[in-house]
Amino acid sequence: MLTAILSLTLLGAGFGLLLRLSARWLAVEGNPLQTELEALLPGSQCGQCGLAGCRQAAEALIEGTVPVTVCPPGGRALAQTLAETLGVPFDPAAVADPEPRIAMINEAACLGCMRCIQKCSIDAIVGANKQMHTVLNEVCNGCGSCVAECPTGGIALVAVPQSVETWHWHKPGRTPPPPPADFWHWRRLRFRPGHTLGNRPINHPPPPALLRAQPQTHAGDRP
Amino acid sequence: MKLFRIRGGVDVAHRKELSSEEPIMPLPLPSRLYVPLRQHGGAPAEPVVSVGDRVLKGQLLAAPQGSVSAPVHAPTSGEILNIGRQITAHPSAIPQPTIVLESDGCEEWVDLPPPIRDPFAASAASLATRVADCGIVGLGGAAFPTAVKLDAAARGTVDTLVINGAECEPYLTCDDRIMRERAGEIIDGVRIMAHALGATRIVIAIERNKPQALDTMTRAADTVGPEILIVAIPARYPMGSERHLVLLVTGREIPARRLPADVGVSVHNVATARAVHRAVRVGEPLISRVMTVSGGAVRRPRNLEVPIGALVCELLDAAGGTTEAPARLLAGGPMMGQPLHSLVVPVVKGTSGILALAASEIRTAPEQGCIRCGTCVSVCPCGLVPMEMAALIRHEKLEQAVAVGLHDCVACGSCAYACPSHIPLVQYFHYAKGRLKQLGHEQRRRDLARRLAASRAERLERIARAKREAVAARKAAAAAKKVAEAQAHGDGPVGSAAGS
Amino acid sequence: MTAETITEPSGPYAHADWSVRQIMLRVMAALVPATVFNAWVFGWPAVFLFAVTVAAALIAEAICLWLAGRPVGASLADGSAALTAWLLAFSLPPYAPWWIGMVGAVIAIVIGKHIFGGLGQNLFNPAMVARVALLISFPVPMTLYVLPTGFGLLAAPPGFLDGLVITFGGQGIPDALSAATALSAVQTQLGLGQPATVAVASAVAPWRMAAGTMAGSLGETSALLLAAGGVYLLWARVITWHVPVALAGSMALLSGLANAIDPARFPGADFTLLTGATVLGAFFIATDPVTSPVTRGGQLVFGAGCGLLSWVIRSFAGYPEGLAFAILLMNAATPLIDRGMRPRVHGRTRHGRPLTLERLR
Repeated sequence: MLTAILSLTLLGAGFGLLLRLSARWLAVEGNPLQTELEALLPGSQCGQCGLAGCRQAAEALIEGTVPVTVCPPGGRALAQTLAETLGVPFDPAAVADPEPRIAMINEAACLGCMRCIQKCSIDAIVGANKQMHTVLNEVCNGCGSCVAECPTGGIALVAVPQSVETWHWHKPGRTPPPPPADFWHWRRLRFRPGHTLGNRPINHPPPPALLRAQPQTHAGDRP
Repeated sequence: MKLFRIRGGVDVAHRKELSSEEPIMPLPLPSRLYVPLRQHGGAPAEPVVSVGDRVLKGQLLAAPQGSVSAPVHAPTSGEILNIGRQITAHPSAIPQPTIVLESDGCEEWVDLPPPIRDPFAASAASLATRVADCGIVGLGGAAFPTAVKLDAAARGTVDTLVINGAECEPYLTCDDRIMRERAGEIIDGVRIMAHALGATRIVIAIERNKPQALDTMTRAADTVGPEILIVAIPARYPMGSERHLVLLVTGREIPARRLPADVGVSVHNVATARAVHRAVRVGEPLISRVMTVSGGAVRRPRNLEVPIGALVCELLDAAGGTTEAPARLLAGGPMMGQPLHSLVVPVVKGTSGILALAASEIRTAPEQGCIRCGTCVSVCPCGLVPMEMAALIRHEKLEQAVAVGLHDCVACGSCAYACPSHIPLVQYFHYAKGRLKQLGHEQRRRDLARRLAASRAERLERIARAKREAVAARKAAAAAKKVAEAQAHGDGPVGSAAGS
Repeated sequence: MTAETITEPSGPYAHADWSVRQIMLRVMAALVPATVFNAWVFGWPAVFLFAVTVAAALIAEAICLWLAGRPVGASLADGSAALTAWLLAFSLPPYAPWWIGMVGAVIAIVIGKHIFGGLGQNLFNPAMVARVALLISFPVPMTLYVLPTGFGLLAAPPGFLDGLVITFGGQGIPDALSAATALSAVQTQLGLGQPATVAVASAVAPWRMAAGTMAGSLGETSALLLAAGGVYLLWARVITWHVPVALAGSMALLSGLANAIDPARFPGADFTLLTGATVLGAFFIATDPVTSPVTRGGQLVFGAGCGLLSWVIRSFAGYPEGLAFAILLMNAATPLIDRGMRPRVHGRTRHGRPLTLERLR
């Protein structure tokens, strides 16, 4: 029995020493989790999370002082990915709007005051003093920090306009969201009676109300 | 001629007898034509006319943009009513820029470019320019600008021109009728294209289920000499797929992610050849094409010569209307065609047919679990394992699906056709390809935002630093000025002990 | 930028006249001749055992589907549970007590199939899982066989009431009826030192092996009728020739070679092919689509592996019939076979790299 106690003690001591040494020699620099989280976050330093920047947000996420829904531009998809990375439970229904949005300036309300341009952390708004301001659709990531800046309330977040370049077939088995307003307008007006597609009745739900500050335009429309 | 082996493929019910004996009839001229600006692969064309303009038949409506693009011409004479957005036959039902033309019934032609007197003495560049100016795109369905293909092929070494007369999709008979009725025009167009490419060998592949077409084409080819070879290929889907046709007929396997031109072959549809003939010999741009209107729910299936921009409902009316509410309305064939969401959409250059299918013809059933029977593996002509890719995509492992060959899939639909569990395999692949593209797009946007944020921070820091330096410089200058003034006054009351 | 706007499925919009239900029905149709023959020669107890097995399987499947929240009626109608039970019943001794059938069916359906996720998700062949579990847990009832009746051995098979007593009475098989299967008889004789030729001749006459009038489970007899069913399945394109030919071929090759080398120790190829569950396994059990590889080359490897392992177990191991174990072992290897035997993609080499261009631009 003595041999057993002795040998187990020695083994335990030996392995403990190995672990101690490996903790010193094989230690990982920095926090890989933080790098990973920073890569997931948009990186636009917009400040909508309430913290100084994306690096601080990553640190706060690791500490657990902020929830995974802290980043508005990331939306539900980002919150879900952060939850999976951190291993925390996440309820997708808790995040309100899954649709990506971008800012849109109502030209009629623009004063040319430059306040939104100075606020935007990724230079997504172009314009000059007393000149019209406009948002670059390809750059804006919908963080919303410019919305509060506009003195006339001329900026709103609208759904990203769809185009054939970004459309793709939906995944089988999932119910996709209803199509955009244009589609229903055409279908209601131009579909001739008596020519139904199969036995399905054409009584689809009305389109959802969109946040709009101006009549809907489309990416690529000429002025 | 020796044919090489193609693995896989399915024996579909061809259902061509519905319309194969109907001669090509012109569609009665519609009162309004809706001409989309993007009817081809590549950038959409830009309008060169305005609302209210009067245009003549064949006049340029929209000019090509960039190197991969094609112009759009007026299908008839009339007045431009509107240039705006309309729903087209794109499956997304997203409105596309479209020119609405009200026809005046006169069918007055514009001054067409002069016919090229002797195409076989003309340069390849001039032929390609004529083909480009006439807006000719691949009429087999992909609608890729033909001139770009001719250019790219002529730059390399193309020795074989393969003409695709297979028409492997069920129901469609437009190519069959063109070959039976316009064989001479096709052969002439083929020879012109071969001359433009510098191809020494010409092969026209026609499926065995078209014996009359084989006969007329062979006789037409014989009149011009022995250089054109007409080949009867097995009537199996998807023999008309470009990659597999090249392998079947020439024995050359196009490497992954490469084009037929890389193995010295150029593939074009018979209808495209006919359009090239008309462009070169007559100067006529591509403003109409033959389309099949067929299906179990169509009263009188027909082959119609249709001006681009006619509405689907007008085509169905010309075919006698529908006998029942169609279970599926398609543009193209049942295997690779796109669903139509409305009858009020225009047909475009790439539309080969309109199908109104009855419920008994489409055999839908609810999706069941995969039983790993291996049928999809045995029918896939590309040698992929569709059930594995679909399983990975179902679990959102898109990168792994790419690793097992997602981008090598031509989306022919053989696997989904044969699957006993009715799994929509091709839809999984379409979804995965689209989602990967979307994720790549989002990643690029994030990278752009990161770069912009960093450069903005750097710019602000630079401005602040410059300001600080300017302030410091001003302070230093003011201090130096004070010292200098103090020195200047130093000779007076406040003297310097060490001065003078 | 979600761009999902349309509810319609994408193409293709045509479909072959083919479904899971059709496959299952055709396999069952191929089994019918052998089933009817067995019912005739073995009598009512076999019928009762069969009925109990199938009924228990259907009930177990219905309960599992209900628990999983899947539509019960539609899923039962595809016939896969009934087919599993049918094949399981074919591998049981015909006069086994009713609870063997019931326990086997429950093991096959619950542990062999639904624990993995239902149709198409199981790794191992459910009927074989159940058979092996029963064989190991209840060796005595699972190894008591009887001689078929007719052909001069017994006047008539047990009647309806006698059959009820045998299956449900729990008293075991009357001594007058019991016999050993050809395989176990030969194994015993070899163990006693008799040369193989004598052992085989004393166990069963050659024509009996083919016609199926020898002792064995329902699937071990009537090799000819089962082979006929298998040929029908080949013709109907339900199965391909790769697995049956590989399995039977490897067994025939190995036993033929061994018999040529040492005829005293190893029976010949004809004995190997016609006894035991070789024919049943080759055409009906090893060809189970869910648990066998999906590629043709993979199926050849699978079949050869099953044949090899089965012959090895028969010749050198403790069990007279080893096909069930062989199939389970090869089922475990199926994912590996699938990964290694992928077909060559068009435009790429065997290793997945794009083909090199022979023509230079």
